[in-house]
Amino acid sequence: MTQPTLDSRLERHFMNPLFLPRLKDFLSGLFFCGAGIFTIMAAARHPLGNAMRMGTGSFPLLLGLLLFALGTLVSTRAALKHLRQGHALRDFLPATRFLTLKHLFQRNALKNALLPAALVGLGIVAFAGLLSSLGLALAILALVVISGAAHHEARLVELLVLGVGLSAFGAGVFVWGLGLPLPLLPA
Amino acid sequence: MELFAHLSLGLDTVFTLGNLGYCFLGVLLGTLIGVLPGLGPVATIAMLLPVTYGLPPLSALIMLAGIYYGAQYGGSTTAILVNLPGESSSVVTCLDGYALARKGRAGAALGIAALASFFAGTVATLIIAVAASPLAEFALKFGPAEYFSLMLLGLIAAVVLAQGDFLKALAMVALGLLLGVVGTDVNSGEERFTFGLPELADGINFVVLSMGLFGIAEIIANLEVQEKREVFTRNIGTLLPNREEFKAASKPALRGTLLGAVLGILPGGGAVLSSFTAYTLEKRLAKDPSRFGQGAIEGVAAPEAANNAGAQTSFIPLLVMGLPSNAVMALMVGAMMIHGIVPGPQVMEERPELFWGLIVSMWIGNFFLVLLNLPLVGLWARLLSVPYRLLYPIILVFCCVGIYSINNSAFDVGLALVFGFLGFLFLKLGCEPAPLLLGFVLGPMMEENLRRAMLLARGDATVFFTRPISAVLLATATLLILLLTSPWAKKTRETAFRE
Repeated sequence: MTQPTLDSRLERHFMNPLFLPRLKDFLSGLFFCGAGIFTIMAAARHPLGNAMRMGTGSFPLLLGLLLFALGTLVSTRAALKHLRQGHALRDFLPATRFLTLKHLFQRNALKNALLPAALVGLGIVAFAGLLSSLGLALAILALVVISGAAHHEARLVELLVLGVGLSAFGAGVFVWGLGLPLPLLPA
Repeated sequence: MELFAHLSLGLDTVFTLGNLGYCFLGVLLGTLIGVLPGLGPVATIAMLLPVTYGLPPLSALIMLAGIYYGAQYGGSTTAILVNLPGESSSVVTCLDGYALARKGRAGAALGIAALASFFAGTVATLIIAVAASPLAEFALKFGPAEYFSLMLLGLIAAVVLAQGDFLKALAMVALGLLLGVVGTDVNSGEERFTFGLPELADGINFVVLSMGLFGIAEIIANLEVQEKREVFTRNIGTLLPNREEFKAASKPALRGTLLGAVLGILPGGGAVLSSFTAYTLEKRLAKDPSRFGQGAIEGVAAPEAANNAGAQTSFIPLLVMGLPSNAVMALMVGAMMIHGIVPGPQVMEERPELFWGLIVSMWIGNFFLVLLNLPLVGLWARLLSVPYRLLYPIILVFCCVGIYSINNSAFDVGLALVFGFLGFLFLKLGCEPAPLLLGFVLGPMMEENLRRAMLLARGDATVFFTRPISAVLLATATLLILLLTSPWAKKTRETAFRE
């Protein structure tokens, strides 16, 4: 009898509906632990003071320790549940590699989740970068066209029309209506 | 009667053309944005906050409260017509509201929701008016140790009563408290966690955080799902419920109101908990529980009354103690601070017209809500048929302009995007973002009170247990945690949230 390979074992785990929540817990635990360690290190650079005069580092240090403890608890709990079902713990860590790409996201991760996220982000960055130099109208247009392209049914013409409409609306409401001090056109 | 004196002071303040106008405008805008699927009250308030910057404090607060009720009711409209809860408090409204809509009784469901909300809002406003003064007097006895313990209790209660995993929610609170630390320390002037960025010296703006976590993250998540939704726009039918429906709904609405009013006061309570509990209660009391989920009018009336009553009474801890009990109230704290009002027991003494004006405006806001929604519901329904591919760019524009206009800072827009990605990660990992926001707002206050209490007690940490009020608060918090870990509570909590 041949040993099942790691990949086929992982595939089987993901068939179990309880596996994904556990893996999510395990990963969030790791995230909290990491944030805790980072905080503890950053807090240590500030004076801790004493019990009567607490320094600026003491409250963050307490929180960092708390985060680390909670993270450990969450991860350990998830791992224990996994073990108790008779699964091997060593599946857990390589599973994260699969998880991020195949199972944490639905269907095709790259096309359905990461690309839209990147486009939305790019649109927002373009808005922030263009506003002061090119003015509100063009910044809104850029935001609408770039971020709008993230939808799977996006149409360019529609987005251009929407962008121009929103630019006009933004000028009317934000700049003239509410009197926000924003540049409207390229300086 | 003191109560009438207070209420008439409030009426005098609110009944100016301007304030009534802002109240109306708030309700209108709140409903308009709140109707859009995927935008709950937190995102709606954050998005509309810049609109209130230029107003005098009272008008701004009145408008924000109006926005809150509008958003709340808009969420219910979406739940009934599209079966998409705009926010977690209208999840239960979906169950029977949408079923009614499919039966061709969408109008009746919307009408009952509006009337039940109005009734609940009226009762809850009266409760606030009666309870506020004695509670504020009590709160004035609080020193730093008591405040710290109260905030700890509030945070723990918020985590215990909310949905989801206790440990993860607690970790999210801790993360929120930490984000609250970023910036210049008030006591020493020392910069903490700013990583040398001058833009972070004033700390992270709470609008930036909430728009990122609730607005942008939600959009990214929605883009992945690509679902088709069925909207009932044509056959809404008459908005007035018939006699039987009215009769069937009246008692559940009353029970929902009382339940919601009580649960709303609890830290961590508010609209979500109230509506869930009210629905479960009605199902238990019903002669034929199997009708629930198939279009029982009681299943709309009770949770709608409860969530409105809860939304209202959750103002009590905020106005009386200065403590937000949920994410929406956390936003209100931030909004009040922008206008130079530090929420707490002193507001009632120092600014009575502001305090009572706000309370009276709550009732007026609820009145406008009925007035506005009965005729305009067709318009909201049409708004819902706008496809998401056009909707989210519009939302993004509002978010980005709103964030930028806080400080005229492009950095803030980028920071909001970072929180947006972080929020998406949290959604993927099954971590609720609401406790984080609550922790973020309470963080600076908690640290300040902790440090002050320790200084006053000369470094003796037992002060938190020897002062009676503080000891009782901490004991309650411990009790809550013990209750949560008991097997009995685990079971009831699971069933309550599954239903």
